[in-house]
Amino acid sequence: MRVSELASKESPVSSPSDAALQYVITAENLTKRYGDVTAVDGISFRVPAGEAFGLLGPNGAGKSTTMKMIGGVSQRTSGSLSIMGLDPEQHGPEVRAHLGVVPQQDNLDEELKVRDNLLVYGRYFGLPMSYLKPKADELLEFAQLTDKAKSKVDALSGGMKRRLTIARSLINEPRILLLDEPTTGLDPQARHILWDRLFRLKEQGVTLILTTHYMDEAEQLCDRLIVVDKGKIMAEGSPASLIREYSTREVLELRFGSERNASVGAELDGIGERLETLPDRVLIYAHDGEAALEQVTARGLRPVTSLVRRSSLEDVFLRLTGRSLVD
Amino acid sequence: MSVLTGNFNAGDHSVTEAARRRRFGPIYSRNVRAVVARGLMATKSSNWMVMVSGFFEPVLYLISMGVGLGAIVGSVQGPGGQEISYAAYIAPALLAVSAMNGAVYDSTWNVFFKMNFAKLYQGMLYTSLGPLDVAMGEIFLALLRGAMYATGFTAVMGLMGLITTPWAILMIPASVLIAFGFASFGMGITSFMKTFQQMDWINFVMLPMFLFSATFYPLSVYPQSIQWFIQAMPLWHGVELLRQISVGVFTPATAVHIGYYLVMIALGVLLTTSRLRKLFLK
Repeated sequence: MRVSELASKESPVSSPSDAALQYVITAENLTKRYGDVTAVDGISFRVPAGEAFGLLGPNGAGKSTTMKMIGGVSQRTSGSLSIMGLDPEQHGPEVRAHLGVVPQQDNLDEELKVRDNLLVYGRYFGLPMSYLKPKADELLEFAQLTDKAKSKVDALSGGMKRRLTIARSLINEPRILLLDEPTTGLDPQARHILWDRLFRLKEQGVTLILTTHYMDEAEQLCDRLIVVDKGKIMAEGSPASLIREYSTREVLELRFGSERNASVGAELDGIGERLETLPDRVLIYAHDGEAALEQVTARGLRPVTSLVRRSSLEDVFLRLTGRSLVD
Repeated sequence: MSVLTGNFNAGDHSVTEAARRRRFGPIYSRNVRAVVARGLMATKSSNWMVMVSGFFEPVLYLISMGVGLGAIVGSVQGPGGQEISYAAYIAPALLAVSAMNGAVYDSTWNVFFKMNFAKLYQGMLYTSLGPLDVAMGEIFLALLRGAMYATGFTAVMGLMGLITTPWAILMIPASVLIAFGFASFGMGITSFMKTFQQMDWINFVMLPMFLFSATFYPLSVYPQSIQWFIQAMPLWHGVELLRQISVGVFTPATAVHIGYYLVMIALGVLLTTSRLRKLFLK
């Protein structure tokens, strides 16, 4: 905050919203109710410019609703929200001029060809053709769709459509990119291409706001994230700090067969720091997973399979909510 | 890959910055032309047969009713009390119908599809377009089509020798006015429709309006109460307006017909904008 205050004192020509620019998004007590259902229940967060910020949570946690409110296409019930210093409800078109949006479901213009999708979308932002033509070609390259420029949209694969949607969202060189479940429904290879592209954008200083229910995606892409469940923030921090705080370094996964998993719990008592019994497996949280496994076998227990792995955000979520992320 | 170098720098490009510094309203970004440009580009790939058939429908009516039925009817009394051929009597009415059809087709079926299946408006409203830009752009496209039909039909009237006064050229802008009224209302009403069955109600309203709005015979054949009902309907005002223009006879009623459409346009744009706002900015 202080840096920008100083800067604005030194240069009187800068716009009055400079002080707010350090945080590109500020949400306080943001709440959204649909009738009796509270989709977003008083969440507060701030996102500084250039950060990759994630909203991690299961389906129905209120992530998409939060994204819609940021984009100004959903009105909040209460609380305050500021995007680039502007209230998206009062200044919808102006706020969205700064945004790039990748919605959960592709809504490409099927009546237009691939390149025309980019040109027309750019026109919606009031951008001139002299800028849009080279920009569209550049983005097609970026999305690896140059040879599809003249194709119809419905001839593209799912991964290509997704990449085109992302390319389209960049046509106005947004300061903030909103990505709602960007890789849901993509095969692993397509996901990795996409992650690579998003990494590059982040390197160029674009603020990424990302919802996901994939913990690997959140770990890969996010500097910081909030874990959301039932419209509330359960925890906030970097992926590593969340794992440190809410989980152990390693996890030992044991499978004893579906009938035994529940009953074996008492016999494992005292091994590791914490024990989690799921229908299909038992998780032992321990600093040293191999050591924990030795203790298990020393007690004469013979699991069908055993696996030692690093803790992930999935474990954080399980700890915070008692449920898995992907049901 | 130039995305990664030089001119791609998190939005400090001068052109994109300039686009952000435009004056914006809460629901309007002064960019109707982008919506229109998109519509024209999409038309290139659309079905031309549908557009052409919309033009021929009133022409076929004019030939069968005007020429065929007209041979039995002979001449009838025009708006100024003068004798005109039956074909010249119904031609302006059919022009009004054609303006209505063009505008309604574009603003109802096309809009219904874009709203519910192509999800076009959701995409548009995630850009710096506001709902008013989208509504005005879509209505303008409907008008363009209405104007094309009107011009074609007026030309056909000329070829058939049904135009007797230079005033008749004013039928084209008047048709656009009629189309504007129907398009602005049609889009608003379509926003309430959720299923194809509901969309059929539109035809259910349009067909009787076409048949009974003094299109083929004067209003005086009806009892008084039915006359009032017909006079409340928009198409009747369009039919009467164009019929007056076609013979160059203007009365105070001309102003009433025009006023009717101006009010209809204002209410229609208001309805459509507020509906788009409600549907997509909820």
